[in-house]
Amino acid sequence: MTPEFKGLLLAAVVKIVVVFSVINVGVMLIIWQERRQSAFVQDRRGPNRVGPFGLLQSVADGVKNFMKEETYPAAADRILFLLAPVMAFIPAMLGFAVIPFASPWPGFDFAMPVLGRFVSAGVVPMVMADLPVGFLFVLAITSIGVYGIVLAGWSSNSKYAFLGGLRAGAQMISYEIAMGMSLIAVIILVGNVTLSEVIGRQQDSMWFIFPLLIGFFIFMVSAFAETNRLPFDLPETESELVAGYHTEYSSMKFSMFFIAEYSNMITASALMAALFFGGWDIPFTTWDEGDPSVVKSLVTMVVFGLKTWLFLSLFIQIRWTLPRFRFDQLMHLGWKFLLPLALGYIMMIATTVWALDALGVAFGIRYALVLFGANIVLSYGLFWVLDRDRLFGGSRPGNKRRIA
Amino acid sequence: MTQLVFWVFAGVAIIAAFMCITRRSPVASALWLVQTLFALAAIYVLLDAQFIAALQILIYAGAIMVLFLFVIMLLNLGASGPSDMAGRPGKVIAGLLGILLIVELIAVAKVLPHSLISLPEGTVEVMNETQGAVGMIAEPLFRGYLVPFEVTSVLLLAAVVGAVVLAKRSV
Repeated sequence: MTPEFKGLLLAAVVKIVVVFSVINVGVMLIIWQERRQSAFVQDRRGPNRVGPFGLLQSVADGVKNFMKEETYPAAADRILFLLAPVMAFIPAMLGFAVIPFASPWPGFDFAMPVLGRFVSAGVVPMVMADLPVGFLFVLAITSIGVYGIVLAGWSSNSKYAFLGGLRAGAQMISYEIAMGMSLIAVIILVGNVTLSEVIGRQQDSMWFIFPLLIGFFIFMVSAFAETNRLPFDLPETESELVAGYHTEYSSMKFSMFFIAEYSNMITASALMAALFFGGWDIPFTTWDEGDPSVVKSLVTMVVFGLKTWLFLSLFIQIRWTLPRFRFDQLMHLGWKFLLPLALGYIMMIATTVWALDALGVAFGIRYALVLFGANIVLSYGLFWVLDRDRLFGGSRPGNKRRIA
Repeated sequence: MTQLVFWVFAGVAIIAAFMCITRRSPVASALWLVQTLFALAAIYVLLDAQFIAALQILIYAGAIMVLFLFVIMLLNLGASGPSDMAGRPGKVIAGLLGILLIVELIAVAKVLPHSLISLPEGTVEVMNETQGAVGMIAEPLFRGYLVPFEVTSVLLLAAVVGAVVLAKRSV
């Protein structure tokens, strides 16, 4: 083996091991945070007995789940029943592979006693696989995750699980479309789909949350639906379907669905941070864009982690704030509101970009600000539609309140 | 190495396709079809067509096959009834058509020169660098072949409208 090949191998293995462990430990901590935050919302204490502040509660639950008896429903399809948690778990772990999580690591050249020399001539990109298809890979992989849920519902041979599985199938397909459509605006601005270029483009102008405000809104709503989080957790509504698709699951098989849900949340949050909040970019400074160094990589990694964590906290806060949608309302929102909105939004962004290019405005901060203005105008119009005369004109005497 | 990867995925694709048509349970059949689509996506990646591979998984494996599965589950299809290929004449015709297809494939592989269907070595990598995986497809689609592309979308729109009208008898 040449030293270059060994360097490549070392970088790849270290990145994979680090990210995989960070995601799994992150899932554990996020479950703990969810329970504490929900306790805060409901004015109680939450888990605080195992370890400091109850931090090790998830470890205790994990040990419990390993010890529990594996149960199989009598009329279940054994193979698919066993396969379904795996089919939910593996895509959830894969999605993160294309998301860059720090500024590039400088090249290295060192020797170890037994293993010999390790060389990386160029910089090491801090992403597990910088695929040319970029975030399309994340969309493709998350769309595979639905098989686990649908098959769990079907193979359990229980009506509650079955209904949950059906709902998951319909819901995921509906919101995938709105999600994909909202990302076309990003493709228009960047001209490519690789996330490293998306982040570079944001460093050249400003974070895409400003020029693509409504696109972010559509993406976020779809991401909530795709990860089956409240207000869209129709596949597992405990008040009507017992526990939905995982009603018949116990022990570690149930745990795998649980871990899959939370790692999907982490991937969705990281994607939101990368696409709309500059990824590992530190705002108001160009220090992080200079020559790569180890310190820069570590600092940007922490910044990226912070942004991701903020979205995770938002996921949790919204779960414990909003009530659940009814299924027909969910379909109505997806097909009759988000999809036409996303299509109209693509036209609006494309027209504005075309006009800006025709006027010869160079891509930069001014360019982004014009798009931001267009977004503000559109969102003001949207508020009037969404409000249905309740906030803006509702208190006026003689106003007929139309609450559909 | 590439050769080895190709043979692995080609083998998986053929075995999965065979399982797909021989399984009795419709759900198992649909899942084997998903496996076939995955193996084909891997072969597309080997051909440097990453964008096509991503779309293959995103649209075929991720959306259309989920809809298939959804319908199978909703109608609660059990083991299939008698096949429409029943009887000796059906089997003979099916066999003849299969042989014809193999002959055609061999003929195409023998007659068509390899240079006609493949680009010079390294072209795709250069295009990937300069235009990106999506730009490579989008450029000819929206410039050179704009009219066929738009005609296809009108056709698809007609199909969608037709499906809605058929499904919803009383509009």
